[in-house]
Amino acid sequence: MTKQVQQLDRVIIRFAGDSGDGMQLTGDRFTQETASFGNDLSTLPNFPAEIRAPAGTLPGVSSFQLHFADHDIMTPGDAPNVLVAMNPAALKANIDDLPDNAIVIVNTDEFTKRNLAKVGYDTNPLEDGTLEGFKVSPVPLTSMTVKALESFDISKKDAQRAKNMFALGLLSWMYNRPTEGTLGFLKSKFAQKPEILAANLAAFQAGWNFGETTEDFAVSYEIKPARLAPGTYRNITGNVAISYGLIAGSQLSGLPLFLGSYPITPASDILHELSKHKRFGIRTFQAEDEIAGVGAALGAAFGGSLGVTTTSGPGMVLKAETLGLAVMTELPLIVIDVQRAGPSTGMPTKTEQADLLMAMFGRNGESPVPVLAPRSPSDCFDIAIEATRIATTYRTPVIVLSDGYLANGSEPWRIPDVGGLPDLSVNFTTEPNGPDGEFLAYQRDPETLARPWAVPGTAGLEHRIGGIEKSSGSGDISYSPSNHDLMVRSRQAKVDGIARDLQPLEVDDPTGDARVLVLGWGGTYGSIGAAVRRVRRAGGKVAQAHLRYLNPFPANLGEVLHSYDRVLVPEINLGQLALLLRARFLVDVIGYTKVRGLPFKAEELAGVVQEVIDRAE
Amino acid sequence: MKDFKSDQEVRWCPGCGDYAILAAFQGFLPELGVPRENIVIISGIGCSSRFPYYLSTYGMHSIHGRAPAIATGLAASRPDLSVWVITGDGDGLSIGGNHLIHALRRNVNINVLLFNNRIYGLTKGQYSPTSEAGKVTKSSPMGSLDSPFNPVSLALGAEAGFVARTVDSDRKHLTSVLRAAADHEGASFVEIYQNCPIFNDDAFEPLKDPAERDTRLLRLEHGEPLRIGEDRGVVLGEYGELGVADIADVGEERILRHDAHRADPGFAFALSRLDYPAFDHVPVGIFRDVARPTYDELMAEQLSEAQATQGRGELASLLASGDTWTVE
Repeated sequence: MTKQVQQLDRVIIRFAGDSGDGMQLTGDRFTQETASFGNDLSTLPNFPAEIRAPAGTLPGVSSFQLHFADHDIMTPGDAPNVLVAMNPAALKANIDDLPDNAIVIVNTDEFTKRNLAKVGYDTNPLEDGTLEGFKVSPVPLTSMTVKALESFDISKKDAQRAKNMFALGLLSWMYNRPTEGTLGFLKSKFAQKPEILAANLAAFQAGWNFGETTEDFAVSYEIKPARLAPGTYRNITGNVAISYGLIAGSQLSGLPLFLGSYPITPASDILHELSKHKRFGIRTFQAEDEIAGVGAALGAAFGGSLGVTTTSGPGMVLKAETLGLAVMTELPLIVIDVQRAGPSTGMPTKTEQADLLMAMFGRNGESPVPVLAPRSPSDCFDIAIEATRIATTYRTPVIVLSDGYLANGSEPWRIPDVGGLPDLSVNFTTEPNGPDGEFLAYQRDPETLARPWAVPGTAGLEHRIGGIEKSSGSGDISYSPSNHDLMVRSRQAKVDGIARDLQPLEVDDPTGDARVLVLGWGGTYGSIGAAVRRVRRAGGKVAQAHLRYLNPFPANLGEVLHSYDRVLVPEINLGQLALLLRARFLVDVIGYTKVRGLPFKAEELAGVVQEVIDRAE
Repeated sequence: MKDFKSDQEVRWCPGCGDYAILAAFQGFLPELGVPRENIVIISGIGCSSRFPYYLSTYGMHSIHGRAPAIATGLAASRPDLSVWVITGDGDGLSIGGNHLIHALRRNVNINVLLFNNRIYGLTKGQYSPTSEAGKVTKSSPMGSLDSPFNPVSLALGAEAGFVARTVDSDRKHLTSVLRAAADHEGASFVEIYQNCPIFNDDAFEPLKDPAERDTRLLRLEHGEPLRIGEDRGVVLGEYGELGVADIADVGEERILRHDAHRADPGFAFALSRLDYPAFDHVPVGIFRDVARPTYDELMAEQLSEAQATQGRGELASLLASGDTWTVE
């Protein structure tokens, strides 16, 4: 039987199952297959904070969404065209997100009375019309996997566990994915367990063959590779990109990297990643708490390392006092906050961008700190390098606001040419700078206003720094009122001055006569971009700009804001950037805010943008 | 002899024990044989934590309780430096207790000098984690409810390799303990009884009064019998605990000899439990002096092992690792 192959330009698939079903792994493998095929893609992992919530319950549902296409895309997609539901809970938790005609592949084996009752289904949704309007493919995934593995010397439990590989095999067939990568991955993952390896390979193959042979699946789909800019690509998550960016920052600056960190979701993967690369001379220190993590990083910075600390919201709070010390001692320090839903513990595995005002103001006294925010997983690489440049050039702590969506989400990344990365080499001060041959630890560079960085071990430059106010120049303790006023203003001027070497904010305004500007920051770039595209396709005129620098703002921001009739600011918080813009530029921006622990949906944002345009006319 | 005094005016209250400790420290540094540029003093907050300003070395007066954490990052990344942490009983045992025990546990190559005056000085006289129970202060008018820490027991509980106690007024003893702490590779912890003339004056007077001290001080010297004056000594009790007995009653042969090099910290811990905080007999000297690999050494070993087995890191190949594809 020759099966029909249907061409698509894009598809959104969501794998959903119990948190023990291996959905993240399945999604990740499918993503890698898709990446190596050359589609553009964007992913959205979504999983519970509990390691294993009770099996078969709604809180235990873990999902992984992948959007891939033959053209460049910006988001993991609003609504899945395909849902793979491994049990009734997965179906129930995700069904409301599906558009009409979506394909629903369900594991019928799990639709038992007991499992249905667990999630409050009185009748079986496979039989009672609940799924009308969808293209449902009932597949007994578990029993078919177990049957396929009968001849293997493994437990029934292990056989059942391989059902995710069956599902992956089936989907890989459906979308004509290359499988060598997954086979290689399984071989290395189960190298020490030959029986489990053989079973997983067989389950994967059985899934593929099932698609190929059964009449239930009459059509397979093809999505051609995307026409991306020439170059070598790999798929990358935000957390790996930040880690690589930090390693690059260390290499480009010539400073050894010292990471002081305490595990916290969703930042921990940066600690894990950097711990793997000791061959780069990277020291990773898993501290006793968040405070020790940032303290050790600051101590290492005093000694001449590139000091870095990584954390998420609640950990960021604990680091505030040490950040103040870093501001006062004017030492370079990189602080990465992978934002998550708050306040307090909030929703540890869900995304949010509500730490902006904390990053700006969450310290005692006038305590200016540069704040940067990457806009996509791959931008995390560039932002980490930029944070290195600013921290070392201006001798200041720098806060990077990533978020859970960027951290775990992935996209293709064009691997940069190392030769094209900026030279960030640092010259420590080695000679006295005072008129009488003394060392003035707070004598500022007239251009950057940075103080000298003289590291212990340098003879003749012995000096003491600390949290007490410093005398301008000498750095001795000072309680002089006029000196404090001068120092407060100098520290602020130093940070404000960073704007001088920032590129002006670029505005994307293809027709040149849009009256509405959509301005975002950080991880919402993709959603806003996709929404703006939709509006433009429908004939709407709208300009888009996105901030990667939150403190200081790009020098032309005020001018940009004032040149539009309306400025719409979508944020996953209650309007933090909007507050800053109104205060700084006296522009009556329109906020659009939503805090659901999830990224914006492009369709919804497009509606909001259109509404603002309509009102402006 | 190099002068380790800085040009800053020393500002402690008249009669403060810190002056004596500073003088002893400044006197001892030249014989350390380390150039001043390789010495770093890191302190937290409190009267004692002003220390770095008065020394012509590198220094950081940091934040309350966090000096051991900051020193950990410095010592782990700069094994060439001699790093000293100056802290007090409030700074080191209250707000910073967590960092202190972990620095000791990891055996970070730092020397921690804990000035213990059993009171909060800088915040004007509240009880501290080493104040005796029932202490009447501004914040405890009916007496403190807290049970005090014994800093030496705490450090030994964290399995610090070097633990000692000395007194601010005994410059000779203080200097000898500092010397031994500096010689020790890894974390050293030195408790220094220190007088606060304003809020807890004469707290350690029984240990300082020449007429009285010989009947109270148990001087710990490795290999020597554990004696208090001529008449009393330390003996092993029925349950393995240590006690003090009259030599006339038990005989010379039952008096234990001090062994600071025992791998097991139990003996040193038992010694530390002798009579705290009443001062009837107080052990001073080196409780424990045992070497084990330091944190920075172990960290450096992992880096060189990674480079030896995998080669030096190469950025371009790291960025291009994993599954890649090329678009023409």
